[in-house]
Amino acid sequence: MSERVLQVDALARVEGEGALYVRLKGNEIEKVEFRIFEPPRFFEAFLQGRDGHEAPDITSRICGICPIAYIMGASQAMEQALGVAVTPEIHALRRLIYCGEWIQSHVLHAAMLHAPDFLGLHDAIKIAEVDPELVKTALRLKKIGNSLMEVVGGRSVHPVNTRVGGFYSAPEKARVKALLGELEWGIEAARKVALAFSQFDFPGDEHDYTFVSLKDPDTYAICEGRLVSNRGLDIAVETFNDHFFEEHVARSNALHGRMKDGSPYLVGPLARYANNYEQLSEGAKETADMCGLGRVVSNQYKSILVRMVETQYALEEAARIVRDYEEPKPSFVETPPKAGEGHGCTEAPRGICYHTYKLDGEGRITHAQIVPPTSQNQPQIEADLTRVVTANMDMADADLQWLCEQTIRNYDPCISCATHFLKLTVERN
Amino acid sequence: MLIVGIGNAFRSDDGVGPFVADALAAKGLPALVHAGDGTGLIDLFETHAALVLVDATRSGAAPGTLVTFDAVAQKLPAELFHYSTHRFGLAEAVETARALGSLPQSLTVHGIEGGDFGQGMRLSDPVKAAADALIEKLCEISRPNG
Repeated sequence: MSERVLQVDALARVEGEGALYVRLKGNEIEKVEFRIFEPPRFFEAFLQGRDGHEAPDITSRICGICPIAYIMGASQAMEQALGVAVTPEIHALRRLIYCGEWIQSHVLHAAMLHAPDFLGLHDAIKIAEVDPELVKTALRLKKIGNSLMEVVGGRSVHPVNTRVGGFYSAPEKARVKALLGELEWGIEAARKVALAFSQFDFPGDEHDYTFVSLKDPDTYAICEGRLVSNRGLDIAVETFNDHFFEEHVARSNALHGRMKDGSPYLVGPLARYANNYEQLSEGAKETADMCGLGRVVSNQYKSILVRMVETQYALEEAARIVRDYEEPKPSFVETPPKAGEGHGCTEAPRGICYHTYKLDGEGRITHAQIVPPTSQNQPQIEADLTRVVTANMDMADADLQWLCEQTIRNYDPCISCATHFLKLTVERN
Repeated sequence: MLIVGIGNAFRSDDGVGPFVADALAAKGLPALVHAGDGTGLIDLFETHAALVLVDATRSGAAPGTLVTFDAVAQKLPAELFHYSTHRFGLAEAVETARALGSLPQSLTVHGIEGGDFGQGMRLSDPVKAAADALIEKLCEISRPNG
């Protein structure tokens, strides 16, 4: 029986070092592996013995694309361990900078890295030649995200103004208010990009996913809420480890996250959208409707549309916070050291990012656990690849490989995060 | 003119761009380190008429080899500059800007071949020597009337 091997040694347009390996014997799949060979980074180990206040800045270095997810999750966990609560004004400012990260991350992935897949283009440079206006719009949108990060966080990559308890200094009111014009332009621009992308030819691949996300009754959850799923899960963040686990697999330097019953689950834009559709703004819901999206989207290739709907939402939400903004006084709450245990969970652009820490009497970290979204999505990525290869067995190798890579890019995987992982191999027997 | 160093200072020779930019900034010259993905570079092209970019290359040449491109006149080889960010790097930024008609009037790209891209904050000897020579050269051309 003939053997086919599809292999991509270094996946393009993903963050970090990963590979894909598929081996087929006749029409039987022998192996489908999403391999992460980015070296392990041991953050949880070297946090031990450090002052709890250092955790947000240290963990933010896990990722240059989504540092806010780490800063916020670690800060929440420390604040819980130390028994302090931040003021509503500080919470709003945190939501504002998190909107900046969503805008920056979603626009970069959707327009520059994922859209070329649907246009049959190999890279973002070609997309600038084919549709320069789209790229100009995307770059301007992304710049809005960068500006939010700079004004609130002090700089656009690895912000320096954030701390446990709040912010070192309150961003100046005039600088924050000056963001409003671009935010308002961005809301309509994000819709136009979403509508342009909705004309793409999407592979038909509907799947009944287990969607896991945060949920808050009052707002589209970003840094607040309980952990819920579309299958009835509804738990406090503190009980994460009672319902989910991580395991080592030989093919990946990133742990694989699963539900306690061993099943894979999906985190990220589709999960948030399915669980929290009601909390979206009317404008974002209207854009989703204009793009032909239903109340639940179960085709991961359409995650590009949900990312743009979420981008529009983040722009609207940022504009709302900016309009109401007054400099918080004080800009942080005091966080004296003490022994304790804390948990934090926020919605990174790619999905939930969970942190838990234990502190000794001097506030030093004795235990740290960080569960980033790409680790959690890996088993689902492999399940998606198996389904896509099974359904498209007759495709020529080059086309099947392209589709497999696209399937992985649906997830906007952040390999640096997951190794705190991409490379493709398809073998046919 | 603005000199921009690109790279990761925590990845040994990949930090040569930041090393050069920091040294020039310390001498009072207009130089900065660019962090993050390449899209931010395109923003700089819009605000500066003349830019000099410094990045590490990984072509298989001898460590410390300097290559210089007039990026306005010629296309930048993506395979040389793929190491500083995996997602959207220097070559992507320059070629995207070219396609958009957003290149500055003058854009020079200096690439210094790295030998060691492992974790660490030290430049290898041949890369450090090439960086020092480039710093001197850029100092000369940055001087008023120079």
